[in-house]
Amino acid sequence: MSGPSTYQPTNPALKWIERRLPIIGLVHSSFVAYPTPRNLNYWWTFGAILSMMLGLQILTGVILAMHYTPHADLAFRSVESIVRDVNYGWLLRNMHASGASMFFLAVYVHMFRGLYYGSYKEPREILWILGVIIYLLMMATGFMGYVLPWGQMSFWGATVITNLFSAIPYFGESIVTLLWGGYSVGNPTLNRFFSLHYLLPFVIAGVVVLHIWALHVAGQNNPAGVEAKTEKDTVPFTPYATIKDAFGISCFMLFFAWFIFYMPNYLGDADNYIPANPGVTPAHIVPEWYYLPFYAILRSIPNKLAGVIAMFSAILVLLFLPWLDTAKTRSSKYRPLAKQFFWVFVVVCVLLGYLGAQPPEGIYVIAGRILTGCYFAYFLILLPLLSRIEKPRPIPNSIAEDVLAKTGGKAAPMVPTVIMLAVAGALFATSVQNARAEGHEEAPPSQKWSFAGPFGKFDRGALQRGLKVYKEVCSACHSLSYVAFRNLGEPGGPGFSPAQVAAFAAEYTIKDGPNDQGDMFDRPGRPADYFPSPFPNEQAARAANGGAAPPDLSLIAKARSYERGFPTFIFDFFTQFQEQGPNYVNALLEGFEKKPADITIPKGSYYNKYYPGHVIKMPKPLADGLVTFDDGSPATVAQYAKDVTTFLAWTAEPHMEARKRLGLQVFVFLILFTGLMYFTKKKVWAAAH
Amino acid sequence: MTTASSADHPTRRDFLFVATGAAAAVGGAATLWPFVSQMNPDASTIAAGAPIEVDLAPIAEGQDIKVFWRGKPIYISHRTKKQIEEVRKVPVSSLPDPQPDQARVKDGHDQWLVVIGICTHLGCIPIAHEGNYDGFFCPCHGSQYDASGRIRQGPAPANLPVPPYQFVSDSKIQIG
Repeated sequence: MSGPSTYQPTNPALKWIERRLPIIGLVHSSFVAYPTPRNLNYWWTFGAILSMMLGLQILTGVILAMHYTPHADLAFRSVESIVRDVNYGWLLRNMHASGASMFFLAVYVHMFRGLYYGSYKEPREILWILGVIIYLLMMATGFMGYVLPWGQMSFWGATVITNLFSAIPYFGESIVTLLWGGYSVGNPTLNRFFSLHYLLPFVIAGVVVLHIWALHVAGQNNPAGVEAKTEKDTVPFTPYATIKDAFGISCFMLFFAWFIFYMPNYLGDADNYIPANPGVTPAHIVPEWYYLPFYAILRSIPNKLAGVIAMFSAILVLLFLPWLDTAKTRSSKYRPLAKQFFWVFVVVCVLLGYLGAQPPEGIYVIAGRILTGCYFAYFLILLPLLSRIEKPRPIPNSIAEDVLAKTGGKAAPMVPTVIMLAVAGALFATSVQNARAEGHEEAPPSQKWSFAGPFGKFDRGALQRGLKVYKEVCSACHSLSYVAFRNLGEPGGPGFSPAQVAAFAAEYTIKDGPNDQGDMFDRPGRPADYFPSPFPNEQAARAANGGAAPPDLSLIAKARSYERGFPTFIFDFFTQFQEQGPNYVNALLEGFEKKPADITIPKGSYYNKYYPGHVIKMPKPLADGLVTFDDGSPATVAQYAKDVTTFLAWTAEPHMEARKRLGLQVFVFLILFTGLMYFTKKKVWAAAH
Repeated sequence: MTTASSADHPTRRDFLFVATGAAAAVGGAATLWPFVSQMNPDASTIAAGAPIEVDLAPIAEGQDIKVFWRGKPIYISHRTKKQIEEVRKVPVSSLPDPQPDQARVKDGHDQWLVVIGICTHLGCIPIAHEGNYDGFFCPCHGSQYDASGRIRQGPAPANLPVPPYQFVSDSKIQIG
């Protein structure tokens, strides 16, 4: 991609090919001999990390598509069957879902790096614009991918985002109908989103080729921001950049694996474990974290059309960046003012992201407006102004000079700025959080769960007792329709033997048919059958329970959550805390207390301390002595609640133990491998210094 | 410039490169496994392939039924005396895939033939009670099987396979 190749194969077979299709020469000139500035830092490895993420997303995505059913009635269940039944399906799904987040994280680092070092400046304008196009395509792809599991957030995210287009004057409604393929978000919408979600990654890959082409024409920018002039300024791509990128990738994989194996739901939304329901919008609707800053901008404008325009402009303004910032000096290293404002801008983006996740009320709206103003001011006022008034520090004459200068004491003048900004940001966020905490419902107390943490395992006794509680109490009203009897015998579960599974299944009556006469008939359950539902359909469940259908319990331990707040949610990442669901379920079962005097409960409803709003249609389900345990465990509500919650944590994720076990193996390997990569990289680069 | 200097500690450098390369190869190969393994039948498919029971009582002599097990059609034929005599009269050595009828049915249940109804040529489903041998005829490429499901004529290389099954009672079998 950088001119005619100098590659001369000696092997006659390669010579024969090369004369007809110089593909090896192309690869050689682009990825082997290609000169790369010798002063690139690790922020530059994110290009390689992004290429890897794109490849991985396509690979896992193609595989998930082999098992996924794009139909409104089947999609949610098919995703569950991927996670529960397909060999390593849980792994592939976690890789793809967390992979989307990692992809965006890497792209944000990549973009901020470009912003800081002025990588969009002449002659790299088209390179930058192609990058913005890739980012836009990624946003579209990510959004449509999030719709596919067809949970509550999928459905309502699709509804809200497609409704953005209804802001367009005159044609808005027709455009939205066109996008939906119906009068509301429904099966046609899901189908086309699936098709486009499969298509767009390949379009991205195509634009990535153009992006790399443009990069290899202009050459890479570098931290000094001066062009490579002599051979002294560069090193060959292979082995230098290759090994450095590979080391960067292995470090990134460590971070990625933490999510895949230990925090798969950390970045997701509990509501998306509730199947899509066109009749109920989740109380608190938020997009995935990577859209939050733009979502905050959208909400901070009180006018519908203006909000949509502002949101899209926030991205499109990036296209004009090369002409907004006309400063001759590329790298912010030599721009004292631009550097400070860059970090302010980073904090603005992070805070906008935080606000995007908060309810649009009170101080959040005001803060959102101020920060939206700051966001646009950075691009439209500050950068053009700085280009004119800022006096940059002298830049090095060459990259080689920059490298030599660095070996002398390197001061990090921006570190205090960063720390200051981070502290300010944290303080702001905390104050915001505190302002909101008033009048907040009490969070469920954290229980000690045997399955918490990196080595957590389910307590077999608790699973078996919990199953008994479910069977004798909960199953009167609640279905468990994603769990099959065979699951009880699978590793990591209650540990039933095949004979026990068969005997347990046979206690149930399953409706089957039609038989040869065309009639439905009852037969005893088999291991392959799923737990039968207590009601034939949702309407019957609703009618029998005072208008509120008892939810299916299979996923309840993942479908319920509560706010952990700032900064707890950051600590949770390191402590691997993810038991909000079990804590909530346990608290709910024990939360049927005497109602406070100031709350009135309608007839047919009950007071529960931990239920949102405190008014629940379910009467207190558990009472001491209701279920007798064979193993002598106490027959108390506390014991029942704990056991059945453990059981439901297992039904929500039957392969949790396999996930954590494989996670440990992967971590041991990755740490060793990253260590090896570090020393290999050092050895290889020793020759360049 | 493409290789590091080997003047100092050449062996240590080589060991490091080999170890890193080997670790990468092992990691890559281990990562491949889930991507291959996911293609195998999933747990629900395997569970749905559990043995099934079939009641033979409603099948009259000379009749046959088709049931499905693991997505495959299974022919269960209640053979007539004439059919049994005919297939046992044939010299086994003259058959393309020599196998006596006795080896293809269960002892004491000679009238019941249970075969997987998939032509051994290219997987079409032969039609029962057709062809020159009072057995099965495959419409795709003209293979003909006798009343014991043995290939007699046509391109198919082997007899119709007998699935694993046993008699639970005189009138009930379990396939699988």
